[in-house]
Amino acid sequence: MPVIDTTKQATSFTIVSEFDAPIERVWQLWADPRKLERWWGPPGFPATFIRHDFAVQGKSVYYMSSEDGTPASADGSDATSYAAWRFVSIEAPRALEIDNGFSDETGEPIGDYAWNRFSVRLEPTASGTRMTVETRFATAEELAQMVGLGMLEGSVQAQSQIDAILAED
Amino acid sequence: MRSDAEVDRIFQALADATRRDIVRRVIEREQNVTDLAGRYAMSFAAVQKHVAVLERSGLIAKRRQGREQFVRPVVDTIARARELLDELETLWRGRIARMDEILQEGN
Repeated sequence: MPVIDTTKQATSFTIVSEFDAPIERVWQLWADPRKLERWWGPPGFPATFIRHDFAVQGKSVYYMSSEDGTPASADGSDATSYAAWRFVSIEAPRALEIDNGFSDETGEPIGDYAWNRFSVRLEPTASGTRMTVETRFATAEELAQMVGLGMLEGSVQAQSQIDAILAED
Repeated sequence: MRSDAEVDRIFQALADATRRDIVRRVIEREQNVTDLAGRYAMSFAAVQKHVAVLERSGLIAKRRQGREQFVRPVVDTIARARELLDELETLWRGRIARMDEILQEGN
């Protein structure tokens, strides 16, 4: 299991994992949108990145859909829910800082939802790469939105699939 | 289920180091407010203010016994905050497992 440590605090969540792969390949999981969309969305609800400007101040825009291709909606309506990233800093292949939140299809923030920031740090180890992801939030509301952003619909389904994966260890 | 505003108060309450310390002590066992105040390098009134913020957040509850005041934890509220963090952890564990699968495919 690649996850080696997690830290939960009142205003942040940190997860550390180690992969048996060189740093460049782990970096590509973030840099290449075709790879990114294979892991970002929960199982059964893949993310489709319609834009991925991998540069400081650049934006990525994505939506999630169910396996039959129906776009997922955050509020239960028929409208597709988009979300976006804005790259705050990029230091290839070691560090990334990203603002993430609900958006319109151009990546502009919508509604009253707060955006949250997370940072990614990659370090080479003797056998591969250590990745540290730290998510910060000012309030529980932000935390709840972040969970909503990641899950959209299908969270129950995703949860059971993840539990199945975890139970394999 | 709690409203967002309620959950918000919980996290604002926990944003302060003294208040987090008070919660940690109260979770272990019910505390006398006067004894609690003696542990911090601040006035009794300042500690009472922290206790009041925690009480409003629903994390702890106060009771009076004669002249003394006692505070105890409210387990449901603390559990809700943990639950949200657990959901975030589940989300990231899933992502990392999928990243690992892609990396194992080789090039």
